[in-house]
Amino acid sequence: MSDVSSAEASVFMTHDVGLHARPSVALTKLAKSHGAAIELAQAADGPWIDAKSIVKVMAMKAPKDTTLYFRAEGEGADAAVADLVALVENDFGLDD
Amino acid sequence: MASEVRYSGQPASPGLAIGVVVVSDRIAAMARDVGSPDEEIAALKAAVASAAAAIGDLITRVEDTNPEGAAILEFQFAMLEDDALIEPAIARIANGSAADVAFAEVMDEMAADYEASGDDYFAARASDLRDLKERVVRALSGDDEDVLELPDNGVLIADDLTPSAFLSIQWRNGQAIALSTGSPTAHVAILARARDIPMAVGLGPIKAADGETAILDGEAGTLTLDPDAQTARRSRDRLAEQSRQSAADANQLAEPAITADGEPVEVHINIAGPAELDEIDPTICDGVGLVRTEFLFSNRDGLPDEDEQAAAYERILIWAKGKPVTIRTLDAGGDKPIAGYTLDGEGNPFLGLRGIRLSLARHAVFETQLRALVRAAPVGSLRIMVPMVSIPDEMTTVNRLVDGLVSDEGSRPAVGMMVEVPSAALTLERFTTDFVSIGSNDLTQYVMAASRDSSDVAALQDAADPAVLKLIAMTVDAAKRMGIPVSLCGDAAADPRVLPALLATGLRSISVVPSAVGRVKRIIRSWSAAQFRTEA
Repeated sequence: MSDVSSAEASVFMTHDVGLHARPSVALTKLAKSHGAAIELAQAADGPWIDAKSIVKVMAMKAPKDTTLYFRAEGEGADAAVADLVALVENDFGLDD
Repeated sequence: MASEVRYSGQPASPGLAIGVVVVSDRIAAMARDVGSPDEEIAALKAAVASAAAAIGDLITRVEDTNPEGAAILEFQFAMLEDDALIEPAIARIANGSAADVAFAEVMDEMAADYEASGDDYFAARASDLRDLKERVVRALSGDDEDVLELPDNGVLIADDLTPSAFLSIQWRNGQAIALSTGSPTAHVAILARARDIPMAVGLGPIKAADGETAILDGEAGTLTLDPDAQTARRSRDRLAEQSRQSAADANQLAEPAITADGEPVEVHINIAGPAELDEIDPTICDGVGLVRTEFLFSNRDGLPDEDEQAAAYERILIWAKGKPVTIRTLDAGGDKPIAGYTLDGEGNPFLGLRGIRLSLARHAVFETQLRALVRAAPVGSLRIMVPMVSIPDEMTTVNRLVDGLVSDEGSRPAVGMMVEVPSAALTLERFTTDFVSIGSNDLTQYVMAASRDSSDVAALQDAADPAVLKLIAMTVDAAKRMGIPVSLCGDAAADPRVLPALLATGLRSISVVPSAVGRVKRIIRSWSAAQFRTEA
């Protein structure tokens, strides 16, 4: 998977309080660990924001029960999107 | 020649101070030279980096003991690391703004945007943004200190003062506070009285400059700027008299509080946290009649866990050396919001979800506190006090929760209630309670239908009103019939005007701020039932 590629996926977020401070910290940290450019939106047609920017992720104020859309471009795009979807499915690795 | 200007408001904390004006809104922006746009952008980036480093250090220090707090700091840290945070400020600087002004504006707008989200969790994070703003603005002015330093005789002038801002200042005697808005019964006024810092509120818009001479009269509720020679001399005379009086009160500290007709009165102290006890000698009081636990929960990130709470409670019990310590469970809501805990936007918060109502609605937080209290109990003589009780069911529930936490009956701390809602004062016999403590501030507010945080109805906030005194007398009588201890822990007990009337109801136990102990003992020692009847 060292090809330069692009990937897209969506995931339904059920975390109790939505994309709040701690989930946003976890999400942007994970996004930054990937080399690919990653964007996030609350609708399939955008508007898209930089998933590595906590300022912009928090500004979305995505509440609970929102579908999050990811798209990535560049090296490891597939893995980046898969990782982020898994994070959301696991409630951001938080137990509250 | 200087011409004297006088502002009249309400007294909020007694005492007189003559000093120099410090206008709080200017402190952050004080003494900063504005450079070229390039220099301002570089300065902002450096300030953000230094704020991030400071928060990084803080995270390392607290992550083991306070993971909740560390998680919130991680959010602040991530915000500071994100270049997108300063992009809009950089655009404003390029258009000619100063770095601190541009950053403060952008952060205020962002905080307002979070607050407007209609989502409690996002709204509560607005306080993080303001924290960040203040931290960065402080770093820009080259002031890394976390506390605002007032000169020894500084008279702080501000629109309003939050309890956390008050607590971040290292207060010294001789300083004073003048607020344009606010109310004598707001929380910050209670803190000012406890620290013996004269304060006047509701003064209206104040036109003052740093360094001007100011006289703050906490008894009349007035602020005088640029006083003329005669006013200044009169005030200095009164100040001298005041310090003679407090020396006389200090002599009363160690004396027992016995009325002129020989009846002993218990005098306890009200405190807002263990830190206050460092300067107090436990022999001056009969115990701690009220520990406000809100301060463990506010002015911080996240809620305190059981270990942290138990440690704080144990520290107070150790200080008391076996004397009774009455710890009130979290009394948030009303004018004491806690981010992420209390409700935002209640139409009438004093009549809303506060005190025990909120505790029972936020069960996990309440149980953690009860567990910490029960755990600390063996260290001394601990009593648990429940605020804002309105119906017997609430006490039944709390008693059941405490029963579930104690292993044997012998280790069960006494569980009592505050009487501050008229329903409890009117029908105390219905309640299952080991003791009662009258909260005269809230009781007065509810009996007189006069909000504690409104300066317009401050005159109605009178604990000496016959209606309030009648309910207090009823409560004292009912408690005696029930064979349970009764005390009073509101400001009325420290008020020289009200205390004699309280003693006349038969009340023989009070709890006051530590700075008032000498004064109330002096009043008690000169009081007798016969004398009071003659004068009344």
